[in-house]
Amino acid sequence: MAVALKIENLHKSFKVGFIPKKKKILKGISLEVEEGEIFGYLGPNGAGKTTTLKCVLGLIFPEKGSIEIFGKPHLSLQAKEKTGFLPENPYFYEYLTALEFLNFYGDLFFKRKKERKAKADELIQLVGLEQWADLQLRKFSRGMLQRIGLAQALINDPSLVLLDEPLGGLDPLGRKEIRDIIVKLKKEGKTVFLSSHILQDIEMICDRVAIIHNGQIINQGSLQNLVSEKILSTEITLSGVDTKELKGLGECFSIHGEKILLKVFEDNKIEKILALVQEKKGKIHSFIPRTETLEDLFVGMVKKR
Amino acid sequence: MKIRAIASNTFKEAIRDRILYLLLFFAAVTIISSRILALLTVGDRVKIIKDVGLASLSLFGALMAIVMGTSLVHKEIDKKTIYTLLSKPIHRSQFILGKFFGLILTLFMMLLFMSLIFLALVFSYTFTIDWNLLLAIFLIFLELSLITSVAILFSCFSTPILSSIFSLSFYLIGHLSWGLETLIQKINPGPVKVLIQIIHLLLPDLENFNIKTEVVHNLPLPSHLFIFAPVYGFFFTLFCLTIASFIFRKRDFI
Repeated sequence: MAVALKIENLHKSFKVGFIPKKKKILKGISLEVEEGEIFGYLGPNGAGKTTTLKCVLGLIFPEKGSIEIFGKPHLSLQAKEKTGFLPENPYFYEYLTALEFLNFYGDLFFKRKKERKAKADELIQLVGLEQWADLQLRKFSRGMLQRIGLAQALINDPSLVLLDEPLGGLDPLGRKEIRDIIVKLKKEGKTVFLSSHILQDIEMICDRVAIIHNGQIINQGSLQNLVSEKILSTEITLSGVDTKELKGLGECFSIHGEKILLKVFEDNKIEKILALVQEKKGKIHSFIPRTETLEDLFVGMVKKR
Repeated sequence: MKIRAIASNTFKEAIRDRILYLLLFFAAVTIISSRILALLTVGDRVKIIKDVGLASLSLFGALMAIVMGTSLVHKEIDKKTIYTLLSKPIHRSQFILGKFFGLILTLFMMLLFMSLIFLALVFSYTFTIDWNLLLAIFLIFLELSLITSVAILFSCFSTPILSSIFSLSFYLIGHLSWGLETLIQKINPGPVKVLIQIIHLLLPDLENFNIKTEVVHNLPLPSHLFIFAPVYGFFFTLFCLTIASFIFRKRDFI
């Protein structure tokens, strides 16, 4: 598999304060994104996710390190021609309509008006903004801006799509729509680099992830390798048993009417609970074994540091 | 192609800016009010109209160039629209050139509009077309192009307010620096004279684009002006845009 994005030993610092003092933001970031995968770039706020992306896009210049996009230096026009970018909290030209906006970016890539128009129409349809194509962007909601932003990122049919917090600030439906588009991009053979701190979404769609904290990558790999399949606990919802009888068998999470939600950490205690329910002629409503999630891994790692 | 796309977007943005229309309104009012001034004057009324009209074109044109030149580049950075633009395959110098040509196109349209009012007013008195007026307007346009490049240069590294002050100072110095010539003639030879001569050489001389007095009073036009003013304007503008591109190329967009 070819490498779509290769970052090696990236260092960047900014001068902050009235009396300028150097603050290190990136402290030797190295990662590789393979062609055709969805790569999640995870980290808490201020970890250096956006700074990494800005370095990749040539908006800021790293002090040390190298970046290659499909084997080309990241600042070369050939590399940029293969890249699409959606910034965090997209800021666009408010005075343009959605179609004018896409037409402007299309103008940077397509010589023919017909081609530009066809591409703009196709993308407006992809992001579901047909009804609002002639509306000025100043009247767009956050979710609509995110969608038109994604459309501009795809205007040149890029092989590598860089998305900075594409799911931030969206409602559940909006998140699902953007997620579906990202998965569709993968199916079309595009590589997606996704920076986010919404772990559930990353877990749902990413093939591999890297976790960044305080300017350093603290872990990276495929989700299967990072997150163990070992059962950490089992959540049982039961009724017909008194809470006092369950004492010592598990953590009682909540009680709704007769229903008790119990979190059990040991296998032998599960058997005891099942036997107790049978004996008391109670009922098991649900039985969910919980494996480690990306959130557990993420929180564990960040806390450790 | 890329410069054209950025220029056309800049033009769209500029002509949708209300401040521009406010300046345009005041310019139109000033030009038209020159007719009232002419009524109150003893002597050649047309001269007053021409004088006030050309001065208005120059002053309001310069204000438009400064306001737009300092705000439009900064707005791209401040509103972070530059992120998506520079992530596309364009050179940063193409961005600067696109902005410059977009603003020049806007200024051309504004100057055209103001000139039409002015020329119509003059025509209503003289019933002839004074071609020298068109020449004076052309030189004003060259001056505005130069001021735009200066405003863009300042906006590459400072805030809109500071850039506006710097650009306005440039405009004033540019129109007053000819006073040094008189000083150089009057002063005795020595190190002070050399110093003033150096300062005079370094300071911009926007009077190169000013033929208002000659045109208004029907004086013979200086022959060297036809070549010198465009060449001076071209190289000064090129110099400012080159420096602006150089600063912009090195800049981090945080």
